[in-house]
Amino acid sequence: MSSTTEGTKYKVIGTRPVRHDGADKVTGRAVYGADLRLSGMVRGRILRSPHAHARIKSIDTSAAEQLPGVLAVATRNDLPNLKDKIANLGEGAVNLAHLSANVLAHDKALYKGHAVAAVAAINNHVAEEALALIKVDYEPLPAVMDLTEAMRDGAPLLHDDVHTNSMGKKSEKPSNISTHIHFETGDVDDAFAKADVIVEREFRTASVHQGYIEPHVATALWNADGHLTVWCATQGSFTARQQTSELLQIPVSRVTVVPCEIGGGFGGKIAVYLEPVAAILSRKCGRPVQLVMNRDEVFEGTGPTPGSATRVKLGATNDGKLVAGEAWLAYDAGAFPGGMIGPGCMCVFSCYEFPNARVDGYDVLVNKPKTQAYRAPGATQAAFACETVIDELAERLGVDPIEFRLNNAAKEGTRRVDGPVYPRVGLVETLEAARNSEHWKTPLEGPHRGRGIASGYWFNIGLKSSAAANVNPDGTVSLIEGSTDIGGTRASIAMQLAETLGIRAEDVKPRVADTDGVGYTDVTGGSRVTFATGMAAHEVGLDIQRQMTERAAALWECDVESVEVEGNTYKANGNSITFAELAGKLGQTGGPVVGRAAVDPQGSSHGFGTHLVDVEVDPDTAKVTILRYTAIQDVGTAIHPAYVEGQMQGGAVQGIGWALNEEYFFDDQGHMQNASYLDYRMPTSLDVPMIDTIIVEVPNPAHPFGVRGVGETPIIAPPAAIANAIHGATGVRMHELPMSPPRLWAQMNKNGS
Amino acid sequence: MAKKTHVTTTINGQQVEFLCEARQSLLEVLRDVLHLTGSKEGCNNGNCGACTVLLDGLPVDSCLVLGVEVEAAEITTIEGVAQDSCLHPIQQCFLEDAALQCGVCTPGFIMTAKALLDRDPNPSEEEIRFQLAGNLCRCTGYDKIVRAVQDAGQIMGNQRGATSAAAQANGSRASKAKARAGSK
Ligand code: FES
Ligand code: FES
Repeated sequence: MSSTTEGTKYKVIGTRPVRHDGADKVTGRAVYGADLRLSGMVRGRILRSPHAHARIKSIDTSAAEQLPGVLAVATRNDLPNLKDKIANLGEGAVNLAHLSANVLAHDKALYKGHAVAAVAAINNHVAEEALALIKVDYEPLPAVMDLTEAMRDGAPLLHDDVHTNSMGKKSEKPSNISTHIHFETGDVDDAFAKADVIVEREFRTASVHQGYIEPHVATALWNADGHLTVWCATQGSFTARQQTSELLQIPVSRVTVVPCEIGGGFGGKIAVYLEPVAAILSRKCGRPVQLVMNRDEVFEGTGPTPGSATRVKLGATNDGKLVAGEAWLAYDAGAFPGGMIGPGCMCVFSCYEFPNARVDGYDVLVNKPKTQAYRAPGATQAAFACETVIDELAERLGVDPIEFRLNNAAKEGTRRVDGPVYPRVGLVETLEAARNSEHWKTPLEGPHRGRGIASGYWFNIGLKSSAAANVNPDGTVSLIEGSTDIGGTRASIAMQLAETLGIRAEDVKPRVADTDGVGYTDVTGGSRVTFATGMAAHEVGLDIQRQMTERAAALWECDVESVEVEGNTYKANGNSITFAELAGKLGQTGGPVVGRAAVDPQGSSHGFGTHLVDVEVDPDTAKVTILRYTAIQDVGTAIHPAYVEGQMQGGAVQGIGWALNEEYFFDDQGHMQNASYLDYRMPTSLDVPMIDTIIVEVPNPAHPFGVRGVGETPIIAPPAAIANAIHGATGVRMHELPMSPPRLWAQMNKNGS
Repeated sequence: MAKKTHVTTTINGQQVEFLCEARQSLLEVLRDVLHLTGSKEGCNNGNCGACTVLLDGLPVDSCLVLGVEVEAAEITTIEGVAQDSCLHPIQQCFLEDAALQCGVCTPGFIMTAKALLDRDPNPSEEEIRFQLAGNLCRCTGYDKIVRAVQDAGQIMGNQRGATSAAAQANGSRASKAKARAGSK
């Protein structure tokens, strides 16, 4: 199915070894956050607000504290006052007062499910009984759930200290609009005036959750010496350490974060929720405290990704050239500022060359949990709008949708509306691969069926990664890295080290270290780990190779310069020795060899994908069945093709869920009505077919092996591709997600099709 | 504090005794009383399958079974699938086919797949998807999981050899289940 580097210039890259942590994960031995058992450990539970918006007048914990078996209770009073302190947490600035108020509500509860107090007890059941004894005096306030309503003057205000920041200027009055972003290039109005065809549509998308199967968990031990150790399921142990230390106002040197195995994150396990609370409880009772969320707490208390309202207007000339674009995007931020609107604005037109374009974006506060990143955060909502309009425009012009995209595709030299100019990128190649695919070439037959296509774009950020490795006497190498492994990155990083050293993937033993065991490493996110931590592993390899060359020279008493390296063999003056043999002689040639590297690649690289989908729509029920699906992506170089395919397949299926079923339902009080997996309907194995993949490799010039990040791009195209396919099947253009049976049925019947 | 009940049961071939409160689920007993943490909790209400174990050969969500209910039962958990530090073909195929990403759903999928393939090593794709539909995976999109189950079925079918041997195995499981039903 895939054309990859397999069998070409590399020995390890492009092969499919068994992942190093595999045996532990198929035998149940791997230690995930909730599997940790420490001596003397007790359990904690969180009390959550029953109101979507309420002032918290008082909290009385005395009865709970008296309950036998209760060891500690925590409330807002236990958090240091962080009035408007701004911290850079690796992925941009965060107002610590807001982060603190999200962890345990301060003066107001801002969404149903907002944490208000916490209890540590000898077991979960006692802790839960204690929660019922905490008396919170709430003054309920009107809630605002809909983002367009929240934007209106006179809407209930979530924060009286949030003013609209519009291009650096602050609004006079407080507002639920925390940020206004504006990008513009060319002369947009003039270009629309000259366009032959213009299509303008409005879109809505519902809040959706990342849906990771493992609930949030943290265990903290505040030791008698004042040192805090936190074991948790996090995408970034260093950001968890920094957030925890800032929120508790203790130096980072007094916090160690130990990343456990993590059961999915997709962007939702970067912000801390439980870590500081577990720490406070542990400080109070002197024992390790473990907090694990229930599934309903995950839905109601942690980050959905933004719902959106968008408007996209595109203009083209009769010869099929896009001449103008205008986008208006409003994303809900949830209860605190800082949603995903920034990347949404950057991505909305990122697949095409727009000589004239204007984008306005708004970050809007509503009484929902603080939104969090979800796989290419902000891009999917934007692409749903843009790619649907692109499809309609192509239809109006009578041009094939792939040709139309090819005519206008972003390529080397294209300037994105927010400024950056692309280096070599692979969108054109994914479109060509789509056009040449079996899928596209096979006609779709049968009634009520349609085929859709859409493209998607996501950045691959660089950021900081550290790694080190020790050469063992048997020629294996122990690799220590700081990127928590959510989906097989131990393998993809180890393979890059193995390739560099000319050894087998199995001869590298990767280990994810805690924050005291490895240099600073940013989060597992932004499609960055195989790219940036892989780059660090490559540099570790070069560092080891340099030292091994010196050892060979010492062994043969020759100049270092005369030693040549070929794969795993070191040669000089007719002498030759393998890496493994040389490793066995380290004792005689100067002692251990340790390689190290820290990287901070600047700028971002660019990942494009194109998806094809065939659907069948039941004419009576409007249920959409996915008949066939092909995900195509430029991945630069596929290090471990099986896991690359896995990312593409997993992202596609998350996108299918977003497209067809997933949404938060709120009642008029702002209470989520479907906070369980039964009612929040994620795709099951029965809902999807096999997901075919076509890996396109346009090597990334900014990486030694040409890697581009892979993880996020695959979620972007599915909703638009499916909407376009539904149009083919029914004649109906859907402008709202999810395209669930009731919504689609209403449109099908309104249009009389 | 609630009074505890004494329970005797068989887990992964070993007789096990434990004390549990009436409100404790089998999952909680496995994880917190017996420290068998391979069975995962994804929802605690029967919707994700991460906690799947075999109870007398049938897959169940252990979060929906009470600890006190398993008196005299035979339970297999993920910890009991590999024999003598040799991976089971399902486990091997999950690794070779890259059928896990984060891996938190994997124990549950392996248990459900085992129940299916023990019964029928050659199920259709549709049958596999149907049987696995009670297990949620958010990472993989299911493609590689379904393929791993297909591949494992082939190996198990080959290992089992003649169909008659398979029929025998089914017969003995059925009679054990019947015997247990009778003992209640
Ligand atoms: S934890 Fe038992 S089904 Fe989800
Ligand atoms: S591998 Fe992560 S949920 Fe299945």
